[in-house]
Order: sequence, then structure tokens, then C-alpha cells
Amino acid sequence: MRHANSIRISKKERLFDRTNVVIMLIICFVTLYPIWYTVILSFNDGGDAMKGGIFWFPRVFTLDNYRAVFRNSGIITAYSVTVLRTFIGTVTNVFFTAMVAYAFSKKNLFGRKVYMTLGTITMFFNGGLIPFFLLLKNLNLLDNFLVYIIPTMFNFFNLLIFMAFFREIPDSLEESAKIDGANDFVIFLRIILPLSKPVLATIALFTGVWHWNDYFFGVIYINKTSLQPIQTYLYKIVAEAGSSRMAISSPVGVSKSNITSNSIKYATMVVTTLPIVLVYPFLQKYFVKGVMLGAVKG
Amino acid sequence: MKTKLFLRLRKEKYLQMMALLGIAWIIVFNYAPMYGIIIAFKDYSIIKKISEVDWVGLAWFKEVFTDENFIPIMRNTLAISFMKLIIGFPLPILFAIMLNEIRQVKLKRFVQTVSYLPHFLSWVILGGILMAWLADVGLFNELQTMINPSHTPINYLAKPKYFWLITVFSDIWKELGWSAIIYLAAISGIDPQMYEAATVDGATRFQKIWHITLPSIKGTISILFVLAVANLLNTNFEQILVLKNALNASMAEVIDTYVYRMGVQSGRFSYATAIGLFKSIVALCLLLTANKVTKKLTGHGLY
Repeated sequence: MRHANSIRISKKERLFDRTNVVIMLIICFVTLYPIWYTVILSFNDGGDAMKGGIFWFPRVFTLDNYRAVFRNSGIITAYSVTVLRTFIGTVTNVFFTAMVAYAFSKKNLFGRKVYMTLGTITMFFNGGLIPFFLLLKNLNLLDNFLVYIIPTMFNFFNLLIFMAFFREIPDSLEESAKIDGANDFVIFLRIILPLSKPVLATIALFTGVWHWNDYFFGVIYINKTSLQPIQTYLYKIVAEAGSSRMAISSPVGVSKSNITSNSIKYATMVVTTLPIVLVYPFLQKYFVKGVMLGAVKG
Repeated sequence: MKTKLFLRLRKEKYLQMMALLGIAWIIVFNYAPMYGIIIAFKDYSIIKKISEVDWVGLAWFKEVFTDENFIPIMRNTLAISFMKLIIGFPLPILFAIMLNEIRQVKLKRFVQTVSYLPHFLSWVILGGILMAWLADVGLFNELQTMINPSHTPINYLAKPKYFWLITVFSDIWKELGWSAIIYLAAISGIDPQMYEAATVDGATRFQKIWHITLPSIKGTISILFVLAVANLLNTNFEQILVLKNALNASMAEVIDTYVYRMGVQSGRFSYATAIGLFKSIVALCLLLTANKVTKKLTGHGLY
């Protein structure tokens, strides 16, 4: 009796396991296929793609879409703005937030309670879009590359993650440096930062991805096309195509070309996403830890 | 007393300088805009200073509530938010639990890696991908024509009635795996002995999930639920702005996009600030209420 019972349970369990595996594989397919579909369209002849019927692989393979992307000076400028803002923005944000977090992590710092309260309030209240916009206008940051850097230089949530990490570093290290005559800033620079590589990498990844993907600042605070990032450039193409039927099939530039605005759009999308997909596997182990650290402390 | 404080400050002068740089940033970029909220009660114009313009009391709020656009905008905001809450909130929990039940470690890791990936794509890229599926020459229409040759292609993104569904499901597609991480972290903290004891007692897989896994992550679920309710009026601005267009605007305009359109695009700063302030006040009430109710029901809350 007992024996038969356990077999019945294991049969049920096997069914559960198999169903579970199938559902998970379906989720993976549903997640990956839309991305794959865009990639194959970017490698397909634009004119041919308009006929439809492409599902798994490019039908008329071509690199012309990519050639057109790399020949377009507007795309190149926008891409450079993105690279530049991501690099400068990430370095300044990580350095500045870590520096403030280091000072805040000192339990006996004079005024620490007031500082922390001031910061915590900002997680729940803010002035909203319009007062922020007017502030940037008064600071002459509209239509200025620095709008990508200065207003995004500090993040209170990241500060909490840094603080949690800094607390784990033994005080004795800092004390011996102090005896050698180092001041707090030198200690932060020479001792704390080199010991904090994992948390620096996590925050750098989050900040970097945000900068890379942000199109919003480019839409709201920037009018000059020479300062717009690649995501804003793409946003304008995508938003235009969404409302009009004609834009979808109208070819860009000379009519003899088989490159459509759509095929250029797909190639630009791939080129824009590629850097993220390339760094993603290397940084995965960091960000999972980072989210968990944030989850525990936040 | 005075000299003691002076000595202390001198000793920590570098730390104070580092901290005060942060405080200065917070005051300029967080507190200065909070002061700017008063233009919701003034007749602000861009050529004058805030202190120079007249007070108008609640006139702008009166205009907001009597605006014929107000009701559709509130309806769109609430409908999209509630659909995201009702469908989008439980799914990551379910996904995390099912993923945790996968016994093959390699498969588990593969599914995790794949499911996080869309979180790292921008909403603009997602807008482009959705267009490849939903436009009149897109994949969906192709498939429909294959099944039914007389099908007339529809541009789904140009039809207002599909907007809410597209918004909700594209959001789930992008964030399902990422939102599940926090639950997976909570599940991995459960003591394995509890499961072993339950196995000895003859509990089935489903019973173990129901009686051990779910109660163990109740605290995490409660906190995230409070945060989700507090963010109810924050329909994802970046997402809506990409998917919204002239044709679907009647179902797509939400508070955030309206504030942007009225304020930044049309220059009606006081009016737009009043709408923004109304939103913040409602959000604060939602946070306080959700926290109270959740705390009473589950014993867990934000504070």
C-alpha cells in the first residue's frame, strides 16, 4: 500500500515537473523571439521585407541597412552623445555618490541624522516635472550637455547600497592609514574605493544602463539635434512610424535603394542594443547581488 | 562646549566637506523644485521671478477639475495602473515560485538569464519591436492573413481600444523576470529543513508551496504591494510616451504625459504644476492607506 502510494505521488510530481519545464521554455521563447525577429529583419533587404513572410531567418540577406546606418552622420552624432554621456555620467555618479555615502556611513559624523533625514524625504516627495524643468532652465542646463551629467550625479537609493557595503569594511584598515597621516578623503580614494569593486561594478552597471537607455532627457530638456542621444533619435523615428501608415513603407533617400526607413530603424535598434547585450553576461553575477543587497537594506 | 564642537568639526573636516557636497546637491536638485511647487498657486510666467508674480489661490486647481480632459485622463491613468497592478503584480511571484521548483540547475540558470534580458532594453527599442509586431505590415497581421486570407490589416497601435492591453502586456514582457529576482532572493532565504520536514510528513509539492514558500515570502510581497499601490498614478511615463501617438491619444493620455504636454510643450507652467501636485497628494494618500491596510492584514508594512 505504502509503496503504491509513493509511486503515485512521484508520477504526479513528474507531471508537475514536466509542465513546469514546458511553461518555462515557452516563457523563454516568448521573451527571445521578438528580439530575434528584429535582428533578422535588420539583416534582410528592406524592399523584400515589406512583402512579409519572414519568420526565422533573413530571406534576402544584406548588410546594406548597416552600411546606411554607419554612413548616416545624424546617427553617428547621436551615438557619440550616448557613449559620452554614459561614460562621463556613470563615472561622476558612481564617484560622487560613493564619496557622499562614505561620509554618511561614519556613525559619529556631526549632523548625520539631519543629513539622512533630508535624503530619505527625497525618496518619497519631489517637486514634479515642471518645477524641475524650470530649475534646469534657471541653471542654464537646458540644451546643454551637462544636463545629462549634473542632475543625475547623485542617487540616494544607491547611497544606501554603498553605505551597507562600506560598513562591512573593518575600521582597523582606516585607523592604520590615519596613523600614517592620511586624511579622510585620501583614505576614501586609496583604501575604500579599491576594496569596493563589487559594489562599484553593480552601481556602475545600473547607472550605465540607465544612461545608455534614457531617451527622456533628450526629449524634454534638449532641443538641439547635435546633443540628442541615440535613444532620442530612435524615439523620433518610432513615434513617427506609430501614427502614420505612409512612413512605414516610404523609402529613405533615393528611390532606387532597397533600404526602407523600417530596415534602417531595425539596424539602428540592433546597433544601439548591442553594447548592452555584450556586457550583460559578464555583469550578471554582480547585478543579482546588487538587487538583493538593495532589497535587504531598502 | 563651543571649543569641543569646533575641535570635532576640525577633526572631521574632510568628511564634512564630502557630506556637505552631497547635501548641497540634494538641496539644489530635490528641495529647490519642492519650493517651485508654489507656482501652482500663482500666476507664473516665464519672464518674471516666482516672488514677483501674484497669488491666485486655488484657481488653477478649479480649472484642472473642470477641464473636459480631466475625466478621460484620470480614467486612462487609473485603468492602466489597475490592470498593471492586478495582472502585473502577482505574475512575478508565480514565476519566481515556478522557477524555484525547476530541478535542473542549468535550465534554471538559463531561464533566469533570458528572463532578465528585456529589462535591459530601452522602451524605445521595445516600441520599435512592438511596431514590427503590431503595425499593419507587422507579424500579427501576417499571421491573421495566413489563417484568414480576407483579413484586413489593422495597425494595432493606431487603434485606441488596444492601447491599454498593449501597455500592460509589454510592461509584463519587459519586467517579469526582473521583478521576480527579489522574490527569488526571499525564497532562497527559506530554511531547507522546513521543506524536508514537510516531505517526511508526506506533503505534496503544491502543499509545500502553499504552506511554506508563500507564507515565508509574505513580508516581501506586502512591502512590494505597498510600493506598487503608492506608485499607482505613476503610469510608466517612458513607456506611454513611446507608445502614444496622435491616433491612440484618446486612450493613451495619462497624467504624466498631460503634464508634459501642458507644461513643457505649451508653456502653461502653473496649470501643469497644479496637476502634478494633485497627483503627488493622491499618491501620498495611497501610500499611507496601503501601508495601513497591509500592516493590519499581514503585519508587514513599510514603516
